[in-house]
Amino acid sequence: MGGKVITITSGKGGVGKTTTTANLGVALAQLGKKVVMIDADIGLRNLDIVLGMESRIVYDLVDLVEGRAKLRQAMIRHKQFTDLFLIPAAQSRDKTAVSPADMVQITDQLRQEFDYMLIDSPAGIERGFRNAVAPADDVLVVTNPEVSAVRDADRIIGLLEAEKKPNPRLILNRLKIDMVRRGDMMSPEDVVDLLSIKLIGIVPEDENVVPSSNSGEPVTMMENSRAGAAYKEIARRLTGEDVPMKSAQDEGGFLRRLGRLFGGRQ
Amino acid sequence: MQDFLSRLLGRSAKGTGNLAKERLQFVLIHDRINLPPERMEEMKREILAVIAKYVTIDDHNVDIGLQSRDRLNLLVAEVPFVKPVESPAPAVDENDDLPPDSAPDSSKTT
Repeated sequence: MGGKVITITSGKGGVGKTTTTANLGVALAQLGKKVVMIDADIGLRNLDIVLGMESRIVYDLVDLVEGRAKLRQAMIRHKQFTDLFLIPAAQSRDKTAVSPADMVQITDQLRQEFDYMLIDSPAGIERGFRNAVAPADDVLVVTNPEVSAVRDADRIIGLLEAEKKPNPRLILNRLKIDMVRRGDMMSPEDVVDLLSIKLIGIVPEDENVVPSSNSGEPVTMMENSRAGAAYKEIARRLTGEDVPMKSAQDEGGFLRRLGRLFGGRQ
Repeated sequence: MQDFLSRLLGRSAKGTGNLAKERLQFVLIHDRINLPPERMEEMKREILAVIAKYVTIDDHNVDIGLQSRDRLNLLVAEVPFVKPVESPAPAVDENDDLPPDSAPDSSKTT
């Protein structure tokens, strides 16, 4: 049946979709998987710079769709991880240059060769979102514990149901445990309760994330990064492994109580 | 239970986190069914008017609201009727066994 297409989406911009895609790509590659990431945010190309691959782009997704480039030419190989590839977004076009059917067709070709195809969705709920979601076998919804992000996540989950992409899983990004303790931030339990979907991981706020983007090396490549550790856990869960909350060992057991939020994989 | 958990987690009930959750609970359900709160009130009034055509409602104890269970959205209505006062004579004996609040005064309803 070939590889799996996983789309990373959120509704709201700025919650960490691109960071999540880059880190899960690296984490899956570290697990020995063959991975291609597709930046579906046409006109606002970003995944390349977060991964430090921006200087090697020749062809992009639109070149591929419009037949100017072959699949092989549009894929850029990561310097360190030889089984990690990127198909960058076009920068000077808009979302209408690609259709949901194009995305299905491209991923169908990639499925034969790759274990995972990660699609970085643009923000919003329009064409770009539908492009990103059309070929998805699995959808990961990224949100932050903030009212605007959670509201948009809920809207996205509703749209996914309508698009016959049921059972998306949630990544709660940028959780500040101190603030949750003080009662000034919604807890993972609150967010899961509101959205009624399964959680696949909690990524704590981590000051390493910005410097790692600055240098084009996702935090997952760093030792001792808490966010990086969380992404590694999520990657293992994506492969079907039953990974208990490891981040629970720190923070005085605060997160240990959250095990039940994960539930089983359906 | 929620309070107990909050205390267990060393979480202050005073913070704005709970407020965020309460506000979202309200707004998400209206978003999901695409029915703004104002229209919801209108619908409630219409529903009650229809019921009131057939039976007398104890309208002080009406509870109609939206609920969500595992992303299934429901309109949950509790509409108590005023107990019909029929022939008063045979009811005298039974009335002693009834709790005092079980027969709301029908004169209060319109």
